[in-house]
Amino acid sequence: MADKEGLFSKKNINLLKDPLNDNNPITVQVLGICSALAVTVQLKPAIVMAISVMVVVAASNVIVSSLRNLIPNRVRIIVQLVIVAALVILVDLTLKAYAYDISKQLSVFVGLIITNCIVMGRLEAFALANKPWASFLDGIGNGAGYGLILVVVSFFRELLGSGKLMGFEILGHKAKTIAESTGLYAIGYENNGFMLLAPMALIVVGIYIWIQRSFNSKLIEI
Amino acid sequence: MDRNSNTYTFMFSSILVIVVALVLAFVSQATKSRYESNIEKEKMQSILATIGVNVDRNQAAVVFNDYIKQSLTLRADGSINKKVKAFNVNLHKELKKEVDKQSFPLYIAEKDGKKFYIVPLYGAGLWDAIWGYVSLDSDKNTIEGTVFDHKGETPGLGAQITEKWFQKQFKGKTILKDAKAGFTNNNFISVKTVKGGAKIGDNHGVDAISGGTKTSDGINNMIAERLAHYLIYFQNN
Repeated sequence: MADKEGLFSKKNINLLKDPLNDNNPITVQVLGICSALAVTVQLKPAIVMAISVMVVVAASNVIVSSLRNLIPNRVRIIVQLVIVAALVILVDLTLKAYAYDISKQLSVFVGLIITNCIVMGRLEAFALANKPWASFLDGIGNGAGYGLILVVVSFFRELLGSGKLMGFEILGHKAKTIAESTGLYAIGYENNGFMLLAPMALIVVGIYIWIQRSFNSKLIEI
Repeated sequence: MDRNSNTYTFMFSSILVIVVALVLAFVSQATKSRYESNIEKEKMQSILATIGVNVDRNQAAVVFNDYIKQSLTLRADGSINKKVKAFNVNLHKELKKEVDKQSFPLYIAEKDGKKFYIVPLYGAGLWDAIWGYVSLDSDKNTIEGTVFDHKGETPGLGAQITEKWFQKQFKGKTILKDAKAGFTNNNFISVKTVKGGAKIGDNHGVDAISGGTKTSDGINNMIAERLAHYLIYFQNN
């Protein structure tokens, strides 16, 4: 190898950076929308979900990329599924043992990481054709891009929907009567219950895409 | 070796599956004890929640013994079976047996000098199992509290049985038609979820979940089926 690439060459950094904005899995590639709607009611499960997906995408990317010259082409999708499914079960078992409450909140959605289009999409599009280190960065980048949207959406949904962040009462305490309430609730503020429902996640993602496109000239389609 | 040959494909798949199975089996065994203790503590938490005692999961085991004074296992004829520990009864397995061979666990709690009877529930929702606990006042007729949980009901619809607004409705409802007529099958009416909303003053009905009719029906069947087996014991004690 004549010109060995550095671990954090410009090309590699772009693998990390692109999915955060220019090539975001949710807002640009439009993958993984289903779980983005479902787990963004509160900030905490959203963060755990983001980390779980990041771990699964990065690890499966590395494994598939290391095996890319060994995997028989005819059964490659099945092989990818087996690897992803195994990793998801590992995440599920770990959560059940060490973060039981969160595992209950995420319930079916952990299992659904298997069918999260981001995972299979990155394996097919990137890991099968690239070296393990680049694939690892691509996995982390896409996981982070997915996580970024989850965190932003859940931030607004938890704040406006239940007046809390990470479970802490940010806007004051809401008691049964206005007189007993503190903070914003004391002057008659009400939580927006609509924020807690799935449609609002879609609308928040929509607003995010709108803002993102109005700032990012690369994404403007004429 | 030719990567497109059948032999290679078979060999690769076999090795991959064996390796994956080994890793999963190992991790599953390694985390098993922690997971099971989580489940056990959650069960204690749920039982305590029916009598209005909300505790942190880490303290559940300690607090459980403070409130639960007696754990009984009943036979179908209402007699007590001392050989089986109530907490270890697995209703999922019991329900597959014939009724006269089943064990019926019952917890008797004491809070602020009042006695409560807590009956574990288990039944079928729309997609999968649903379960829960219902606590009865010392008159064994008035419901003090309920807790429900499920394995795979639809989030936002049937899964709402785990939410406070749904569970709170049951408080104060009664399971007997006539409180003084005793615990007979004819007098037992249970508590039902009512589609379209229960009428004001209905002592045996609560609001069903919109869009979760099958799960609500599951709740009805589960409560009626389970409580019916305890009538003999309630009548005799």
